[in-house]
Amino acid sequence: MASVVAAFAAAWIVHILYLFTLGARQRRLQQALDSLDARER
Amino acid sequence: MTTPTPTRSAPLRRRAAAGGAWLYWWGGVTLALLLYGLVQALLLAPTEATMGIYYRIFYFHVPAGITGFAAFGVNAAASLWYLLRPRKAADALALAAAETGVVFLAVNLITGPIWAKPIWGVWWVWDPRLTLTLVIWIMYVSYLVLRQFTPRSELQPRLAAAYAMFLFIAVPIDYMAIRWWRTQHPQPVIFGGPNSGLDPHMAYALVVCLLAFLALMATLMRFRHRQEMLSHEILRRQRAAALKES
Repeated sequence: MASVVAAFAAAWIVHILYLFTLGARQRRLQQALDSLDARER
Repeated sequence: MTTPTPTRSAPLRRRAAAGGAWLYWWGGVTLALLLYGLVQALLLAPTEATMGIYYRIFYFHVPAGITGFAAFGVNAAASLWYLLRPRKAADALALAAAETGVVFLAVNLITGPIWAKPIWGVWWVWDPRLTLTLVIWIMYVSYLVLRQFTPRSELQPRLAAAYAMFLFIAVPIDYMAIRWWRTQHPQPVIFGGPNSGLDPHMAYALVVCLLAFLALMATLMRFRHRQEMLSHEILRRQRAAALKES
């Protein structure tokens, strides 16, 4: 049973880590967009 | 009450908001499918006669592999599209697809050894299927690393597209590896000839999990594609602003 749980947990963890990297990239893009707006005002 | 000053980012923000609505809707469908697939795989699918409970790893391992290769297929198609008609959208799709494929194939490569250890007694064997899958994963990681560390120019996406076309040649070879050579990896249970096949309940659980993984792939790929298009737009505006100031 431990192997089955480990496999399912690994699959979820990999995807959640990737979602975190996507979130971090989205924040960086948002900051770049905000600084462009500030320069143009 | 003051009205916010309209900026040139307004259309970008409106597009991002529209993407957000799509993401919530499609993300909800994906999550529901993933949870239903989890219930099917862990609770409702029958226990396999020889491998017992360990066989349930199959419902994540196989869909992750198929989805990873499907993403690499999208990468190859988008690369071909870019070579025929150079568009930023095609290049962004190729990048998004490669990144998503690497994530899914990583799941396949991690769950495989966890399944192998209790069944084969070893975590890994260097048989054609396992070795080729690992090599393909490393090659697509190298594609992403090369893209990341090459300066953006007109040549970079063309080289990436040409490289991606060559990379994809390994995918059908990996698919056929368990048919062409004697391997430790099990023989195919789907499209594997007269002696292959799955119990209908197992096949149903597998299809649900595969659909859930494909929906997740579409969600991640679409989100990553939008990010890449947004980063192109930001870079263009940053260059324009720098030129204006100089």
